[in-house]
Amino acid sequence: MKLPPLDYICPATLPEAIAALAVHGGNAKVIAGGQSLMPMLAFRLAAPSVLVDIGRLPDLKSISISAEGIDIGALVTWRDIERDAQLAQAHPLLAAAIAHVAHYQVRNRGTVGGSMAHADPAAEMPGIAVTCDAMLTIVGSTGTRILSANEFLTGGLSTVLGADEILTSIRLPLWKKARRWAFEELARRRGDFALAGVAAFYDIDAQGLAHNAHIGVIGVADRPMRLPGVEAILDGRRIDADVILQAAAVARDAVDPADDIHAEAAYRRDLLGVLLERALARAANITLPEAA
Amino acid sequence: MSDVAKLLVGSAVERMEDARFLSGSGNFADDLAVEGMLHAAILRSPIAHARIVAIDASAALAMPGIHAVITARDISDTIPIIPLRLAPLPEFEPFRQPVIASDKVRYVGEPIAVVIADSRALAEDALERIGIEFEALSAVTERGASETPLFDFAEDNVALRYDAGFGDADAAFASADYVRTERFSVQRHTALPMETRGLLAEWNSSAGRLVVTGATKVTFYNRRALAQMLGLREDDIDLIEIDVGGGFGVRGEFYPEDFLIPFAARKVARPVKWIEDRREHLMAINHSRDIACELSLACRSDGMMLGLRGQVFADMGAYIRTNGGVVPAKAAQFLPGPYRIPHVSVSVEAFMTSKTPVGTYRGPGRFEANFFRERLIDMAATDLGIDIAEFRRKNLITEQELPYPIDGLVPYEGPTSYDTGDYVEVFERALKEIGWHEKRHLQGKLVDGVRHGIGLGCFVESGGAGPKENAALTLEKDGSLTVAVGSSVLGQGLETVLGQIASDTLSIPFDRIRVLHGSTTLLDEGFGTYHSRAVVMGGSAVLDAAIRLREKILQQASNHLGRPNSELKIINANVVADNGASVSFAALAAGCELQADGTFSNEVRTYSYGTHAAHVTVDPRTGAVKVLDYIAVEDVGRAINPAIVHGQAIGAIVQGLGGVFLDHLIYDDQGQLLNASLADYLVPTASDFPVLRAVTLELRPSPSNPLGAKGAGEGGIVAVAAATANAVAAALAPLNVEIHHLPLTPPRLWRLIKNAHARAITAA
Ligand SMILES: Cc1cc2nc3c(=O)[nH]c(=O)nc-3n(C[C@H](O)[C@H](O)[C@H](O)COP(=O)(O)OP(=O)(O)OC[C@H]3O[C@@H](n4cnc5c(N)ncnc54)[C@H](O)[C@@H]3O)c2cc1C
Repeated sequence: MKLPPLDYICPATLPEAIAALAVHGGNAKVIAGGQSLMPMLAFRLAAPSVLVDIGRLPDLKSISISAEGIDIGALVTWRDIERDAQLAQAHPLLAAAIAHVAHYQVRNRGTVGGSMAHADPAAEMPGIAVTCDAMLTIVGSTGTRILSANEFLTGGLSTVLGADEILTSIRLPLWKKARRWAFEELARRRGDFALAGVAAFYDIDAQGLAHNAHIGVIGVADRPMRLPGVEAILDGRRIDADVILQAAAVARDAVDPADDIHAEAAYRRDLLGVLLERALARAANITLPEAA
Repeated sequence: MSDVAKLLVGSAVERMEDARFLSGSGNFADDLAVEGMLHAAILRSPIAHARIVAIDASAALAMPGIHAVITARDISDTIPIIPLRLAPLPEFEPFRQPVIASDKVRYVGEPIAVVIADSRALAEDALERIGIEFEALSAVTERGASETPLFDFAEDNVALRYDAGFGDADAAFASADYVRTERFSVQRHTALPMETRGLLAEWNSSAGRLVVTGATKVTFYNRRALAQMLGLREDDIDLIEIDVGGGFGVRGEFYPEDFLIPFAARKVARPVKWIEDRREHLMAINHSRDIACELSLACRSDGMMLGLRGQVFADMGAYIRTNGGVVPAKAAQFLPGPYRIPHVSVSVEAFMTSKTPVGTYRGPGRFEANFFRERLIDMAATDLGIDIAEFRRKNLITEQELPYPIDGLVPYEGPTSYDTGDYVEVFERALKEIGWHEKRHLQGKLVDGVRHGIGLGCFVESGGAGPKENAALTLEKDGSLTVAVGSSVLGQGLETVLGQIASDTLSIPFDRIRVLHGSTTLLDEGFGTYHSRAVVMGGSAVLDAAIRLREKILQQASNHLGRPNSELKIINANVVADNGASVSFAALAAGCELQADGTFSNEVRTYSYGTHAAHVTVDPRTGAVKVLDYIAVEDVGRAINPAIVHGQAIGAIVQGLGGVFLDHLIYDDQGQLLNASLADYLVPTASDFPVLRAVTLELRPSPSNPLGAKGAGEGGIVAVAAATANAVAAALAPLNVEIHHLPLTPPRLWRLIKNAHARAITAA
């Protein structure tokens, strides 16, 4: 479990880092917190010839909240998010989701950018990005592009990132104060990747009806996704037990998880429904009749 | 014992090894570095079953920094075979493991070649350049799944079958009011010590001597095996034991690497170090458990147990390693447990598959057997309408019935009897601790979306295996004491415990005692640490040596002070005469050599016993289980250091809960191990099971040894599956779910609930 032979460079500026990536083409790999990449190198599942460490790049470590949104630099760690009381106020769903990411040591090093770029189907950050219509800023040799999380993620462990591109920041739209929301997931041990997870929010109009429902799920497909069918059920409705059960039934049918060593597909599908029921009940602050 | 203000035996003395460990000054295998040291990496089979057609190491050998690539061909025409240390039944002989694969590989992870290089990283680079041509053969991953014999000489893949028991089970079953038969299984998993294996081998060619550091557990046995394989005299080999980060049965057995690394060091005439990485650890170190059982219980309608019949099926993996058939034999032996069952019949089948070989892991066979039996007891009690506590109370062996013979359950062992104890009192204590009377109404109840269950599990647990252990005590010139013992230390606190025993007997302050252990350089012979024997055997040997040394000290002091022994007392490392004259130990040691050897021989086993109780909740919609409360009560005869015994118990419970919920070595039908990393092989972490309690009792000392101690390292794990699975089953009983198989993962419990629901609908 030692790394294959490789070179290491640690550029001081973003243009230098991009130039280094461009020079080496597909043989270079960005390293941020290293929490996903180092195991892949150690298992020799990845064998780049150069590591470009972006850890020293300026300006990628900040969290800023402005009228335009919440900007999170690519090098912000899980621990940074956990510690930022203002952020927890500004985006409670994000804070709740990130509380489930990994274990202490990993949380100290793992980054938002690394998680987006690694694109694990059960990772929380991409799940939140997809659920919340996040926009990602990507800088490469040919310039800067801004993409939605949905456009960014192309499948399990795959994204649109080009060989010479670096994800620099992610912007979450501002959070509305009175918003109803919840995050639910189940993992084998705290900090493990979720068997399934749900991020949910909606706003309430003057009549007490839901609108702008956003329901995102992780761990049940090759990438995180919204469930528009479920959102359609919620929008314009008063969220009560009936609506919630309908929504959960639609959610179960909307996903098509795969079997793996951790769970059979049917379990993940059903779990998703249960988690969605619980998330919506919590968001609506109601108690569902107890089943079985 | 001497005149000291306060005896250390029995008190929670702080561990003498803690300062070293907590300050980072422990000395583990990977801390070793010597001049000229090279590093080894091992090429392991990537396929489960194949013929090796050709190996081409030329590209690897040509790489800079590579000193050797060793394959079977470099070793000899006859590849050394790893001997059976325990349960050496002749049936197993042909299935023993060669130290390296020559013509065939039989499991993923089997060593094929060893690369010796300037660094471990270079060695791993070279592994990728070794070309191997395999002719794939079909893998065998289940019992009876394939008729393809894995070994050419064999007709099938069964290595051993035997029947054992006592009484007349057939008659008991024929006359019983009630019989129930169920199938159970415990999944393959392993002990997972936090420190992986590691060795440093140094060959001195001019002296013809070999020193191997990193050995542990059974160093003297391993030296004998290694000497034979290398064609050396035992005296020409030193096996050195340093700090070890956990053993739990798996670490320290003789593995292929215990030959390959010394062999490589001799071949390249340079020191060679090998540190097992976690990936190879998971595919190379002994796996364990992996037992299935068909168990039948016969009872009278009032719940009195009349007979037990069990068939034990053990997946031994690809070879029979040093532990022979201990795992299945103990799974069979401990099926009756602490109950009065007059008629017992067990059969054992050990079969071979294309998986990593199996060996002992903390509570080998017991973890499984207790789970099988205690589950079946709950089912029987429920069928008969008898409270599960009352059912056990009725059948537990009473103190008047002890010693209680359990002869005939293990073909390679002589007669043995449960020794001393009050099984019922300990059982009642566990009920009280868990709050059985107040909480039993919760059984199966749905409260806030989760169902509650309380489970019980009773056990007896053998320890203190013979034949003997040795110790040597030396009073140093500065008045300090050096204790050398043949027992091994694997992080369990044995240094402290032995220091306590020596301190009390000799009245030497604890901090003036140094304990040396395990290494073959210390004594002529040692027997090691397994079967919870280190305190029973090693502790008794130290006590014997200390008593002898005390006599020598008094004799020497008598000469010195001119007073008879009868007028002398030992007080705090001084000998004081009635007339007030005194001489210090240091002064006595300065005058002459003060040294004593001690030994303890004993073939009588100790039987600790106890009851575990668990209170869990199960989320019936997700299958997630929470352990709300857990209590383990055990009588260990005598706890030399209650804090250490307590730590052993708590650690063992956590490890056992891992076996119930998490630990699982998953293979596909090609014999590929699918989770050889700690991302996918799940073990409990410190925060996963926060509410665990253990009560250690000293009700009935062991009659087998002067300390009165019984084994105390394994009782914490052996009933965890029993109690916990019973609790989960009790929680889910209203949903008509029964538990037969581990691990209890959320998806598995969910599936059981769904299936029970579907059955109910079909039936309706
Ligand atoms: C034991 C363990 C448990 C974990 N549990 C969870 C969990 O529950 N939930 C979860 O979400 N994650 C989990 N993780 C993953 C963890 O959060 C990682 O930190 C994260 O996925 C990757 O972040 P990183 O900074 O470490 O990235 P790295 O490992 O440095 O890089 C990962 C990948 O992203 C690329 N990359 C990194 N940064 C950039 C960038 N700015 N631009 C372009 N490409 C980039 C790298 O080239 C690499 O391909 C776990 C990891 C471990 C080891």
